Amino acid sequence: MSVEAGRERPSPLDALRRGGGPGPVAVVGVIVLVLVVAALIHNFVEAPQAFINVSLIGLSTGAVYALVALGYTLVYGILQLINFAHGDVFALSGLISSSIMIDVLHLSGGETAVVIVAGLAATLAMTMAGAATLNASIEFLAYRRLRGQPRLTMLISAVGMSFIVQNIALAIYDVNYQSAPPLLPSGAVFTVGNVSLQWDKLTVILVTIPVLILLTWLVRATKQGKAMRATAQDQDAAAMMGINVNRTITFTFVLAGALAGAAGVLFLLQFQMRYDTGFELGLIAFTAAVLGGIGNLAGAALGGLLIGFIQAYNEGLAHWTLGGDWTRSMVFGILIAILVFRPEGLLGERTPEGV
Amino acid sequence: MATEGAAPAGLRGRVASALRLDDARRGWRRLPALVRTLVPATLLLAVAALYPVYYESTLAELSVPVIRQFPSVSTAVIMLVFMMMAVGLNIVVGYAGLLDLGYVAFYAVGAYTAGWLASGHFQQVQVHIGSAGISPELRGIHINLWLVLLIAGTITAIAGILIGLPTLRLRGDYLAIVTLGFGEIIPQFVRNADSLGGFNLTAGTFGINPIDSPGFGEGLNEALGLPINFQQSFEKVNLFYWGALALLVITVFCSVRLRDSRLGRAWIAIREDETAAAAMGVPLMRTKTWAYAIGAFFGGIAGAYYASFKAGAFPSEFFFNISVFLLCMVILGGMGSVWGVVVAGAVLAYLNQEGLANIGSWLNRETPLDFEVSKYQFGIYGALIVLMMIFRPQGLIPESRRKREIQEGVHEGDTLYGERHA
Repeated sequence: MSVEAGRERPSPLDALRRGGGPGPVAVVGVIVLVLVVAALIHNFVEAPQAFINVSLIGLSTGAVYALVALGYTLVYGILQLINFAHGDVFALSGLISSSIMIDVLHLSGGETAVVIVAGLAATLAMTMAGAATLNASIEFLAYRRLRGQPRLTMLISAVGMSFIVQNIALAIYDVNYQSAPPLLPSGAVFTVGNVSLQWDKLTVILVTIPVLILLTWLVRATKQGKAMRATAQDQDAAAMMGINVNRTITFTFVLAGALAGAAGVLFLLQFQMRYDTGFELGLIAFTAAVLGGIGNLAGAALGGLLIGFIQAYNEGLAHWTLGGDWTRSMVFGILIAILVFRPEGLLGERTPEGV
Repeated sequence: MATEGAAPAGLRGRVASALRLDDARRGWRRLPALVRTLVPATLLLAVAALYPVYYESTLAELSVPVIRQFPSVSTAVIMLVFMMMAVGLNIVVGYAGLLDLGYVAFYAVGAYTAGWLASGHFQQVQVHIGSAGISPELRGIHINLWLVLLIAGTITAIAGILIGLPTLRLRGDYLAIVTLGFGEIIPQFVRNADSLGGFNLTAGTFGINPIDSPGFGEGLNEALGLPINFQQSFEKVNLFYWGALALLVITVFCSVRLRDSRLGRAWIAIREDETAAAAMGVPLMRTKTWAYAIGAFFGGIAGAYYASFKAGAFPSEFFFNISVFLLCMVILGGMGSVWGVVVAGAVLAYLNQEGLANIGSWLNRETPLDFEVSKYQFGIYGALIVLMMIFRPQGLIPESRRKREIQEGVHEGDTLYGERHA
């Protein structure tokens, strides 16, 4: 692992820090950043209320991305594996949650507020449990036997698993879009001028924040979290210290799956989903994880929010934007730029194994 | 390991000796290597070349169990094109060990190059360069398609280098993601580039069509009887078949020769142990970039030829699924094994084109199952990939060197793709 240490490439910003002239990359980066900020300011001045509305959309999509990105980051942190199937676990759990709401709990939107809140909580709990089980079984079936094999073996297996999960969703739900019953009031929680906060967005934020706090507590303060961090650092040493590595890795997949399940429910409350929703969203969320610094929990949350804002601004603002047709290209452009110029991400640390 | 040549034991050995297979095998091994390669290759090629001739007269009438009938000639053309792409991808993934999840981008670049250089898409100009059997009054750019194939390959190779230069220094799994990113960006670009500053570059979702067919022009037609233009011929599909076969043969030949060249040995050295290769003086970046460029070159040619066969380049065809489909061929055949990839490419492309549908209808007819096999084709490929990774990572027809690598490891810690999982 330490072989690569000698070949660390200097960050483009190092040139600036050392006082030498800025490299061409740094100049281009700064120019792009200035242009983006200028476009945002221009939009804010032209239509401040629309800008704030779009920002709220960005916040709620970003929250979903953050939850999915955390799943990528958790798994990458412990196995150095890009879990391709994660996005599809997210999509399948979102679809399953629609069945839970409609067919199991028979929610239709006409119930009293208490019933709806309880129903949503039950849906969330069941979906999270289901997605956690699914994710842990994926690890057991497709990844566990490949530990100790060359790194790309597991990655290729993950690509295959992604297609399998996608096709399970296809087999159950066919190609139709599914949506949640109208549980949440369609109006706004409150409106100031033309700025309004919708109920679905509020719900997303109300669910995401406690989930993030819970996750941080789990990883930082519990014994299981400590075992996770130890296993991520060195599996062999962790095993010698009496940590059950298999169980810890399973636990990580359970955690990641539960997050994907929660994200699936929250996504379904806002948008329609079908079997292949997870592919693109998974890639966006992976980009978010890389943007924040893969393996870094706070980074994944930050990256998710940033990507959510970028997407919302690009699609929702009127001036100086590329428009929704180019969102995917933009997100991948960011991914490529980050990987090439700052592979450790915004909050990540430069690891000796480097890139 | 290394049981080959040792006395065969067990059931297989007994069956083999009963059939005197071992004698035949030993005799075969005594033949010079050139003969051992050329004889089966020539036989195979002869069978392949005669396929369309016999297809029309006899094969089309025969009914085959399970798959119902032999693949039609137009399916066979598509199979050949996909085999060619798989052999190209094998150079990147199999020889050099760089996981490329965006190979479809090269296919797209090739197809659109053909669209630009051999169609009426650019109505503003009227350029004809060696165009065969195409009315000289037609507007647009019409370059002879054989030339276009070369240009498409070159442009795609340049695209491969441009993609490779910033990304090839990344570690394996990051490289996979970046190539995947390019594989997504390029199709989106062609979908959206119908009014770049008012200029219609790609005709958006409509795609570019019709694209010219290859041909040899009137001079060669009179001298050698070669067709003027495939499109105007009565046996158009057969001509495309032979053209694709010729291209595949060239690709396989180049691929085999490259593998045994200095460059090919450098690729394999990098695949086995990057650090050791660098220490032995293999220039990492340059060698990897060559793998990318050459892999892209064949992908571009295949894409351009396919676009010409279908007379159009449409953005709806360039999906991530195609990249995985091609990767599946390489994995199934055995990464690095040219013959394995050719066989796996033929089988999978056939299944994708008509085999799965036929097998599905056979299943539904003969068994109480009601299962739409072709709907779940990518789930099936996904399952294949996972099963191969778990049970037979070296592929069905592995290259012997590769097999040893997988079974023995190259040396502690470092193997194929850099470090192992802890």
